Amino acid sequence: MSARQPSLIARWLPPLLLVALLLGLWELAAQTGWIADALSLRDYLVPAPSEIATTLWDNRSLLAENAWVTLREVLLGFAVALVAGVLIAVLLHLSPLMRRASYPFIVASQAIPIVVIAPVLVVWFGFGIGPKVAIVALICFFPIVVNTLDGLGTADEEQRKLMRSLGASRGRTLTLLEAPTALPYLLSGAKIAVAVAVIGAVFGEWSGADAGLGYLIRLDDGNLEVARVFASTVILAAMAVTLFALLALVERRLAWWGAGSPGGGR
Amino acid sequence: MIETTTPKTQAEAQSPESPGAAIELTGVAHSFGDLEALAGVELNVAPGEVVAIVGASGCGKSTLLELIAGLAEPSTGSIAVGGERDAAARLDACAWMPQRDLLLPWRLAVDNAALGLRLAGIGRAEARERAGGMLERLGVGEFARSHPRQLSGGMRQRVAFARTLLTGKPVLLLDEPLAALDAITRAELQELLVETLAAERRTTVLVTHDVEEAFFVADRVLLLSPRPGRVVWSAASPVDRSEPRASAVTAPAFAAVREAALEALAEGRG
Repeated sequence: MSARQPSLIARWLPPLLLVALLLGLWELAAQTGWIADALSLRDYLVPAPSEIATTLWDNRSLLAENAWVTLREVLLGFAVALVAGVLIAVLLHLSPLMRRASYPFIVASQAIPIVVIAPVLVVWFGFGIGPKVAIVALICFFPIVVNTLDGLGTADEEQRKLMRSLGASRGRTLTLLEAPTALPYLLSGAKIAVAVAVIGAVFGEWSGADAGLGYLIRLDDGNLEVARVFASTVILAAMAVTLFALLALVERRLAWWGAGSPGGGR
Repeated sequence: MIETTTPKTQAEAQSPESPGAAIELTGVAHSFGDLEALAGVELNVAPGEVVAIVGASGCGKSTLLELIAGLAEPSTGSIAVGGERDAAARLDACAWMPQRDLLLPWRLAVDNAALGLRLAGIGRAEARERAGGMLERLGVGEFARSHPRQLSGGMRQRVAFARTLLTGKPVLLLDEPLAALDAITRAELQELLVETLAAERRTTVLVTHDVEEAFFVADRVLLLSPRPGRVVWSAASPVDRSEPRASAVTAPAFAAVREAALEALAEGRG
């Protein structure tokens, strides 16, 4: 009908074509040995996309096992960050004194280089899932807290006055006005968090692990299994994209009213 | 100025059947830092009376309503609603409707209207039933199950008015409720306002910058001077409410009082 809403094909065709083109070029360059020659490498160090695909299929059970380990670390760490992040955001929202006192520490938590703290956490918590979950949680915590806190403060003064005039207590204003206003912000923070959570899990595994895609990548790197390194990377990327898309879906369903002060639109 | 507290006011305020509570402002002044918003406002509104306050933008009309509503205390002077002077009691006695509808986008129209009832501890089913009835009465019954973003500005304002009326409080404070609407919707809602206020008999203070609207809706119209605002002129409305709007606003008496008000407004500015 109208040209305003492009059809499914029209929307997806350009990016798909671009990906196909890039993969095709890569395939060609790898097959003919251009890249390897240009970098003075042996051919097997530069796998073609077809080779990576074959590796993905041939190693499917090994990759799946390790992907499951990493996914569990990501989900657990994200869940910890979500619960802790929302609780702390609400606390800081309700107490300006606490907010002033602890905000610098929350920002500082983000400034800590994960590569530095990861080995320390392994020393403290051992080789199990603990340190990985802690690292993922640490990475996810910041965008969730900051976004939720911003969201809780978004409802404007007049809106708060109306609640007060209608007889709302502080608690009811929080649950009826501020929390729903903050929800879109929380979810957009969660999307950022989940996208970087996978990186956190990989760092955690690099610092000491006996399973997981990050662990496998490190192992394969040492053994020059380059095709499988790429295969693991593809799975990690797919994991991040899928989790992000799932949260975007939740956002559309659960917080369809979007960001901004409620009732402020004209 | 002599303060006049009529015996009728006292009696009405004490009666549970009271249609509205009296509002008394004595020497009310209010400042925001160095900015003097109001200076020496004297105002008495009888129970059940509808008073309109007109004035240039920035003359402190909205501030005045918020003070009466108990959302703040005046810097000096006293405000009593139904004889009660403290802010908490005024909050309890006044239903405040700001210019923006402030409907919560995630709540259905009926649940927005029912917000005050729910906050007063009334169960969801009963609150919804009463809100549905009020929306019906205000002509938006069929949109009870719509979300605010699906409604036009006029419908949203009706929902916000329903939310205000449903609080059941004896005093209505309406802050330019129709300012953002187009002319036709506005005329329609003015008629609805007149009809509803006549049926409710609650004490009402309507703030507007539209002189015609003021005389059409209110029993008495007060003029607030530019900042710092105080009452500089007042007149009773000549409107016969049994007449339709079109003939009421074209009557000679209406034209005369409108003229006088506009003149006073211009004088205050000059």
